[in-house]
Order: sequence, then structure tokens, then C-alpha cells
Amino acid sequence: MRREQTVNACLILALLAAPVLAQLAGEPFFITLATRVTILALAATGLNIALGLGGLVSFGHAAFFGIGGYAAGILATHAFNGMPLFLGIPGTNQMPVIWIVAMAAAGLLALPIGVISLRTSGVYFIMITLAFAQMIFYFAISWPAYGGEDGLSIYVRNAFPGINTLKPMPFFLICFSLLAVALLVFSRLRDSRFGAALEAARQNPERLAAVGIAPNRIRLAAFVISAMVTALAGALFSDLNRFVSPSMLSWQMSGELIVLIILGGVGRLAGPLAGATLYVLFEYALGGITEHWQLFLGLILLAVVLFARGGVIGMLAGRAKHG
Amino acid sequence: MSAALFIEQLLNGLQLGFMLFLMAAGLTLIFGVMGLINLAHGSLYMVGAFACAIVAAATGSFWLGLAASLAAAAAAGAIIEVLVIRRLYARDHLDQVLATFALILIFSEGARWLFGSFPLYLDIPSALGGAVRLPGGATYSAYRLAIIGIGILVAVGLWLLVSKTRLGMRIRAGESDREMVAALGVDIGLLYTLVFALGAALAGLAGAMVGALQSVQVGMGEPVLILAFVVIVIGGIGSIKGALVGALLVGVTDTLGRFLLPRGFELFMGTSDAATVGAAIASMLIYLVMAVVLAVRPQGLFPANR
Repeated sequence: MRREQTVNACLILALLAAPVLAQLAGEPFFITLATRVTILALAATGLNIALGLGGLVSFGHAAFFGIGGYAAGILATHAFNGMPLFLGIPGTNQMPVIWIVAMAAAGLLALPIGVISLRTSGVYFIMITLAFAQMIFYFAISWPAYGGEDGLSIYVRNAFPGINTLKPMPFFLICFSLLAVALLVFSRLRDSRFGAALEAARQNPERLAAVGIAPNRIRLAAFVISAMVTALAGALFSDLNRFVSPSMLSWQMSGELIVLIILGGVGRLAGPLAGATLYVLFEYALGGITEHWQLFLGLILLAVVLFARGGVIGMLAGRAKHG
Repeated sequence: MSAALFIEQLLNGLQLGFMLFLMAAGLTLIFGVMGLINLAHGSLYMVGAFACAIVAAATGSFWLGLAASLAAAAAAGAIIEVLVIRRLYARDHLDQVLATFALILIFSEGARWLFGSFPLYLDIPSALGGAVRLPGGATYSAYRLAIIGIGILVAVGLWLLVSKTRLGMRIRAGESDREMVAALGVDIGLLYTLVFALGAALAGLAGAMVGALQSVQVGMGEPVLILAFVVIVIGGIGSIKGALVGALLVGVTDTLGRFLLPRGFELFMGTSDAATVGAAIASMLIYLVMAVVLAVRPQGLFPANR
């Protein structure tokens, strides 16, 4: 595992160093690019808890990403126009409050979705999580109160006490700190008794049940935690773009999150970060050459799935010791 | 609300249902026989629509276009099966989802590169351009009735193929025990390519027929793909009977939901509110149906024996 730790540390340091260099070079665009990497990595780290540790292939995590985004957008809109949300509760533009609301909303939504979806497994699980996400997607585009198909603008980026979030660098550092916390949570979770039970629920649910632990409760807990982390990323993502679009809820988004994990390495701590870095760099580099960059992304993805199993971390740090 | 309008909506629902059946039959066959989950099925639908639009524009004949859509989609299906898909049969579902997701990106961007983002137009063949007078005084588009008719023909044809022919026997045998079938001297690789091409051709046919009702454009396949997944999950993955029942259920529920719900809500709220709430709930309705079906029967309505 030592080699993987070195690789992880290098990746995290590189993510931190890139915007600092960009700042010094006077290229603030690259700070935004690094922030994008950070937020996508955070979203995928959330999914990695369910997919990587628990083996739950959720094809509907865009729902939670979008819920986080809409939580930020809706609260900011109400804070901006001064209208109460409901029952006289005001909106807010304070990030910490928004994050808590986003995570709570996603958690409360993930609970019933998880309870129903976990009755199924395999392809059915993939499809039912997709169906729930589509349900929320169609609700968002046909409900006109918050923009419907047009999405929702956030006029001023939300605030964090004592930090000027309007500048790219402080906002990057906020996102980076949250990613660091999420990675810490991920590694602690993986090495905890809960993580061991989750691993067992993936590999051999019958044995886990035989020692007196209900596999589905463990899976449900993992699913809910995973949704909450992804929602946090969604809230940051809408603050980055200052726009919430229903495309955050689309099934392509769910697919992208899975892609990030596979590119980086399933169940690996820094897998989502490596995947997000690679993805955004592809998007930027190929997007500069041709507007049809997705064609090449598809080819690269196909090559990774067919020939390079284990993703970037698998290549750099060797195969996982277990799994 | 007049009876004629209701009958028209019901027929629209059936037409959507049979079109979904064409998509779902291929998906469910591919899953049932090869255990493969194919997200790129919507791309094959798009290939069919583009082939039909291009050939119809060049020759002036919709029917030649329809034949071209079958051929092009089957060929595209056979090519991706040989190049990519057959490496995925032994992999887990996650790899299959991802590789076929990559295929969607390749097909969509490739089509955008070749044909641009502007939609192509495909006209309804003149022989079916009119309306048919139904018993009871209602009129209905002849073309949509033809889609229902073709859907019924395909359903009967597939049933005959799978249950009455030698090829169908091999397909069913491949479903239950591929090693045994291979040991008995059946070329299982060729059989799989055939099944995949057959599913692809059905998707292409659906794309071509719907292309004349809507426009032919990049990305047209994915919404239909997701509906088709809902269909096969409701019906039970791997079951053709389930695909038919599920497709009709989804088609009729979706169409009638969009038609009836806003009117239903009008009974106890204002017209504009009712339209908003009704439309929002109607767009979620089939997913609700799916969630309920899976919550009650996690393997779908007609679980295949696997």
C-alpha cells in the first residue's frame, strides 16, 4: 500500500500546486479548471463509497448531485429576492448552511430510494436507481417555479464567513478543503468496522448475515452517506458555475460520475481525483483541438474498459490488495 | 372530454407502446441470451433513423429508406458486436455499462461530425399520409396505425422465431446453458452476433418509423433507450412476453397520464395550476410505476428463468 500512498499524496499536492502556479502566472482560468476537478472529484468520491466500497452500481447519483445544486440555487434565490422559502423560513447565501441543507435533503431522499432500490440487485439495481434519477430530472424540468428547463441562475456566488468567495483562489481552497475532508472520511470509513462489514456485504452477504449483521442496513447506510457527499459537491458545482441546470440531474451526469471512478480506479482512495483530473484535462486539451472531443473521450474510455482495468491508480500503484 | 379524443390518446399510447416494444425486444433478447446490458441500443435506433432519412432523401422512397434502416442498424450492430461487445460478455455489469456508454459517445459525436447538429427531416410515406375513420366516428393517422400493425407483426414474428424455429431453439438453449450448446457443435459466437444484429435491426426499424413522426437528430436515441429500460425492467429482464406487456403498459400509462392528469387536477384546483402539477406528475408517472412494480416484484412482472 505504500506505493499507493505516495501516488495519492502526489496527486493531492499536484491539485493544490496547480492553482498556486496559475495564480503566480496570472492565469486565473486554470484555477477555475482546478476547482472543477476538485468538485467533480468530490462528487465521484461520494459515489465511490457506494460503488467502490459497497459494489452498488448506482446509475442515478446525478439525482443527488442535482439536489445539492438545486438546494444551493433555491436558497440563494430566496436570499436574493427576500421572499421566504415556505412557512416564513428565509433563504440564505451562507455556504455552511447551504451545505447542511443540501446534504440533509439528499440524505432524506436517498433513504427511501435506497430502501426500495436495495430490494433489487445487479442490473435491476442499476436500472431502478436510473429510474429514480429520471423521475427527479423530469420533475425539475416540468416544474416551472425554479426555472424548469431553463435552469436557475445564482446572481452572486454564495458567501462563506470571513472569506471572499468571489475570488477564484479562496473558492478553490474551500472546495479543496472539503475534498480533503471527504477523502479522510472515505479512508476512515474504509478502514473502520463499518467498512469491513460493507466489504463483506459486497463479497459475501450470506456470511455477513450469518454473523448477525444485516447486509442491507450496511448497504443502505453506505448509499445514504454516498448521496450526501455527492450532494455537497453539487452545491459547490452550482456555486462554481453560478448556475443550476437540470442537466446536473441528467443520466449523462450519472454516467460521467461512474466514468470518473472507472478512469481513476474503482474503490481506490484517490481514484475519483485521478479520474476527474484526467477527464477535465481531456475535455480541456481535446476540446481545444476539436469540438468533437467526446468522440475521442469515448475511444479512450473504451480502451480503458477493455484493456486497462484498474484505471490510473491501478496503473500507477498496482492492483488493489483485495477486491 | 369526448370519447373520440380518448380513443385517439389510447391509440397514441398503443403506438408508443409498440414502438417501445421494438426497442425493448432487442434489449431484452440481448440481455436474456448474452447477459449483456447494452446502453448503445439507442445509438442503433439513431443509426436506423439516419439511414432511413438519407436513403429516402436520395431515392424519394420511404420504403427503400426503411429497408436501409434495417440493413444499416443490423450491420452497425454486427460490427460493434464483433469489435467490442463480445469482449464484454464475461465482464461484470459495471464494465458493460461503461463500455456501451463509451459507444454512445462515439456514435453521437460521430453522427454530429458527419451530419451536423441540425435535424434531418423524413416525410411520412404518401400512401399512409391520410387519416383512417375508426368505427364510432373518430379519425386516426394511418401512419400511426401502421406502426401499431408493424409492432404486432414483429411481436408475432419474434414469438414464432423464438419458439418454433431451429434458430429460436438455439437462442433459447444459449440462454440456459452456453457451454452445453457450444459443446453440441453450435457456433455460439456466430449465434451471439446474429442475436445482436437482430436486436439492432429492430431498434433501427423503430428509429426509422419514429423518425418520420419526429425529427431525425443526434441524441434522439437516449430518451427512448431509457424508456425501453423501464419497459424491460417492469416486464422482467430477458422475457420477450414481459417486454411486450411492459411496453404497452408504459406507452399507455405515459400517454394517458399526460392527457388525463391535468384534467383530473382541474377538478379541485385552478386550470393553470392543474396543468403544471398534472404535467409534472405525468412526466414522472412511468418511473413511479416502475418503482412500484420493482418494490412489489423485484424481478419484474415476468421473471425470466435464470
